Amino acid sequence: MLQTIITLAYLVAAALFIFGLKRLSSPVTARGGNRMAALGMLIAVLAALFEEQILNIPELIGGLALGGLIGVLLAKRVAMTSMPELVAAFNGFGGIASALVAGAEVMRYAGREEAIVPFTPTLALTIALSVLIGTVTFSGSFVAYGKLNGRIKSMGFPGLRLVSIAVGLGVLAAIAWMIVSAPDFPGLDPEAVPLALAALAGLAFFLGIFLVLPIGGADMPVVVALLNSYSGLAAAATGFVLQNYALIVSGALVGASGLILTTIMCEAMNRSLLNVLLGGFGAEASGGTSTGDTEERPVRSTSPDDVAVLMSYAGSAIVVPGYGLAVAQAQHEVREMAEMLQKQGVEVRYAIHPVAGRMPGHMNVLLAEANVPYDQLIEMDDINADFPTTDVVLVVGANDVVNPAARDDENSPIYGMPILNVDEAENVIVLKRSMNTGYAGIQNELFFNPKTQMLFGDAKDSIKGVIDELKELQPA
Amino acid sequence: MDIGLIVVFVLASFVGFEIIAKVPATLHTPLMSGSNAISGITIVGAIVVAGSVQAPWSKWLGFAALVFATINVVGGFLVTDRMLEMFKRPERKTAPTTNGKA
Repeated sequence: MLQTIITLAYLVAAALFIFGLKRLSSPVTARGGNRMAALGMLIAVLAALFEEQILNIPELIGGLALGGLIGVLLAKRVAMTSMPELVAAFNGFGGIASALVAGAEVMRYAGREEAIVPFTPTLALTIALSVLIGTVTFSGSFVAYGKLNGRIKSMGFPGLRLVSIAVGLGVLAAIAWMIVSAPDFPGLDPEAVPLALAALAGLAFFLGIFLVLPIGGADMPVVVALLNSYSGLAAAATGFVLQNYALIVSGALVGASGLILTTIMCEAMNRSLLNVLLGGFGAEASGGTSTGDTEERPVRSTSPDDVAVLMSYAGSAIVVPGYGLAVAQAQHEVREMAEMLQKQGVEVRYAIHPVAGRMPGHMNVLLAEANVPYDQLIEMDDINADFPTTDVVLVVGANDVVNPAARDDENSPIYGMPILNVDEAENVIVLKRSMNTGYAGIQNELFFNPKTQMLFGDAKDSIKGVIDELKELQPA
Repeated sequence: MDIGLIVVFVLASFVGFEIIAKVPATLHTPLMSGSNAISGITIVGAIVVAGSVQAPWSKWLGFAALVFATINVVGGFLVTDRMLEMFKRPERKTAPTTNGKA
């Protein structure tokens, strides 16, 4: 009877997760959706407390309190620019938790004369998969974390791929060892299953590191999305170990979610997932392909005053924000400028490329933090048709996502990547620190376009200059 | 192993694909952090292991799992809430001259 109620509670929790995620289909209902999912989690936690006789009350309370405290601190303190790092870290925590639960399940059997329920080869396999996925998620996420905040540089050493393959084979061997030893477990001494599991966990830890290490910094959004998917799969695998529907359903939902985001990011960069995972891009681009003799060509530069005049007489303007905007912390200034222009009757909108930030949807969060209403944030596919009828485009800290080479130059490494067609607009103003190339290390034809004017300098200072001039232009 | 578990996993994946595909790009970051919090469901397994198992190794592995899963769950939902709070509805009063809404 009690078990039935607990299972039903898990069902309610899973249903709340599904409804909660469904509500994320609109910014209006999204917050309620997230709370719905959190309520589901609370119900699942309460149900779990009745699962079995609770014997270790201090450990339980201590663990919940400690984890809860750390979680609150991390969530409250993080800057929105660091959101990719935080999500990577949370993915890692979820992964290691799944692996540890599966590992603990093995240790329940260890050291006994014989098991209460037989330790079957199937159970050995599910535990192995759970530990493998969870551990790879953990170590991979922390490498991604280090790369996102710049502490770990993209690196590979000769033979890294061979080492990865060797470690991968070792993982398979450890899993096989665990499965064939299962019938003798527990009982024999020393016990092969825990040894195989320890070997598996160690190898999986290095596998996660080796898999993420060679991937370029620009590809981290894909990696974080993929690790998100893994963290779900790890939970689902643990669900198979514990025969628990709540874990399986939730894990499957998250696995699907991460996979969709991974696909979207890959499409936005016109790369296959395999290509990203093999880390080919960074190496290709550092060769400086197809730049040729562009260095000495003239560009038109402009001043904040001219930009202010140009924009205040425009009918419509589109701001194209890139990660450089966030680095310069210029979101608030851009919003202030846009509001001033809107008050004068200029139509101002923001064109958001899918890879504009450092994780899917990152730029939207950064602009939302600066109080930009979300109906002014337009996705690439919806706004691309509007550029030919737009008077001014202001490119702030974006580079590769507006590079026409992706459309026109078959030799460019980014050829085929969908871009914002800003060069179709009447005037293009590019805010940039210098003529340095972007994240992908490729020269941008847009800067040499006769329509384009470059506004050099720190984006925040430049926009402030524009705002000051707009104030002077306004009738007092 | 119960084949029913695999059935549930596959069906839940389909449900996941259907729902998530409808989430707009604007909300992809909150989607990631929110779904990440949901993957902290492992907390259920961690509670069972940390709370009920007496075998020493198991107990401490369970405790560590509980701490990590709780960070994941509490932090994940909170930070998602913090982000979604920032997504302001368009203020039509203060910006009457903006654009012709589609």
